[in-house]
Amino acid sequence: MDAVAGERRITYDARGLSEPFAEVPRISEISGDKAIFDAKSLTTRQINLELRWLLNEQGVTDVTVENPGAKHSVGVGILTRCRIHFKGSLGYFGVGLIDGPEIQIDGRVGWSSCENMMSGVVVIEHNAGSLTAAALRGGDVVVKGQVGARTGIDQKGGTILVLGSAGSMTGFMMQRGRQILCGDVGKGLGDSMYDGTIYVAGKVASLGIDCVPGEWSGADTELIERKFRIYGLGAPPEFQKFVCGKKLYNYDTLEPSERKLVL
Amino acid sequence: MCGIAGIIYRDGEHDIGLDMTAMLQSMKHRGPDSTGYALYHRPTTDVVMRCKLADSNDVRDFGFSERLERNRREIEARLAEAGATIDEIDIDTEYAFRVKFRYDGSLKTIADYIEDVEGAEVLSLGHSLEIVKDLGDAEEVSGQYNLQKVRGTHAIGHVRMATESDVDISGAHPYWAYPFSDVAVVHNGQLTNYFHWKRRLERSGHRFQSECDSEIIAVYLAEKMSEGMSLEDAMNLSLDELDGVFTYICVTADALGVAKDEMAAKPLVLYESDDLVALASEEIAIRAIIDHEIDTYDPYEREVLVWTR
Repeated sequence: MDAVAGERRITYDARGLSEPFAEVPRISEISGDKAIFDAKSLTTRQINLELRWLLNEQGVTDVTVENPGAKHSVGVGILTRCRIHFKGSLGYFGVGLIDGPEIQIDGRVGWSSCENMMSGVVVIEHNAGSLTAAALRGGDVVVKGQVGARTGIDQKGGTILVLGSAGSMTGFMMQRGRQILCGDVGKGLGDSMYDGTIYVAGKVASLGIDCVPGEWSGADTELIERKFRIYGLGAPPEFQKFVCGKKLYNYDTLEPSERKLVL
Repeated sequence: MCGIAGIIYRDGEHDIGLDMTAMLQSMKHRGPDSTGYALYHRPTTDVVMRCKLADSNDVRDFGFSERLERNRREIEARLAEAGATIDEIDIDTEYAFRVKFRYDGSLKTIADYIEDVEGAEVLSLGHSLEIVKDLGDAEEVSGQYNLQKVRGTHAIGHVRMATESDVDISGAHPYWAYPFSDVAVVHNGQLTNYFHWKRRLERSGHRFQSECDSEIIAVYLAEKMSEGMSLEDAMNLSLDELDGVFTYICVTADALGVAKDEMAAKPLVLYESDDLVALASEEIAIRAIIDHEIDTYDPYEREVLVWTR
């Protein structure tokens, strides 16, 4: 098999376990800028190598992955504008560290999906596990089912939209961005959040430290209606708004140059 | 890290040995040190005991095999002396065996008498429970103990990444709730009030086979149930009385339950249909036994769920 630029034959993983089949499988059916492949018998590394080969070297911009089988770390590190359709579920750490793609997942995702996502859109048709969109930096993550605990922990930007309920400590240490949660939410919502906005339509079991109700504005209505319109979710329900009370730490949000002016 | 799995069929007996092996093998990366099974068939009038006399990684001195054989015969003699009538003995390995016997007396008495034999450890004792655990991955353990032939109604399993205690069979899960019949537990997490509960349960007359915090959960729950509490109530109470981060699965002769702590810091994915309930630390384990597209979810914090067969 010819070597492909950038491809490296990997025979051992980080734990020293051999991976004899860590080559680009090249099993996709390619038709113009579209491609489809069956991931049922592929390892995580093979699936990711196939995706990169299609997107980076074959000029494909629309990939359908059949039978991902809830394997972990699938679709990570995709840094190009493209569409990826997973016909099935992903395991832990799915589609993390991405920048730009539009991804649809027909099934569910495990813990820590969309972690550190920079931009793009991920639509998950069913449930998502804990730590969904942890450290999200940009883009939209839409979950049509429920999400687990600590959703959007350390969120730094972007929008998380959940049609179902969310677990405890949702928005823990959130720093920026928005969460639109249509169902009930567990204990400790927005605990120790620095900034950002959380909208909740259902019941809140309890607010976390320094998370307080916020004042509703026209911009909030506009944002929520726009997101519901974009994703074809119908009319949005009534939401409560929660923000940081800014009492927990003696901090300000001034840039260094602004602080000089104040002083 | 460790991985836990459970399966309960609602429509009779299935190849639970094969199913649990497939589930655990798919989570081998979560725990390569040891693998354990608690397998449940329909209750029989006989008592089934799984026992070990040594560990697979024990040093083999010149008298090793002879000593084990002598100790096994001593156990048979003690069973007879205690009034048990042995119906069947299966010798799985040089150091582990299974005995089926008729016996009406106290399980505690017989377990204590057998464990008085040098190196003997009763892994399980009951009318439907059989615990098999050993070093290695699921396929190795299953092959060694012929688990591919085991049929039953429900099972739990565990792959272990040893942290606080040794890599040996005593440190492997599942744990039988000595001396209570047919109760077993697998656990992923840490109990931070382990010594508090160990001292308290020891004062109540219980003894522990290991230094592992997971064994506490099994004995704790079994004691509550022996006092008349339901499995579900006992598990709910455990959320208040056991500290730490944990997800555990407890099984009895006819039920399987799962509990998640306040923080929901340990994963569990759940699939439920009319025919079966399957749960595991990772969805990939559930998909190892179900070949069609399924919908799964994560139970939330402080959630206790119990199913019966």
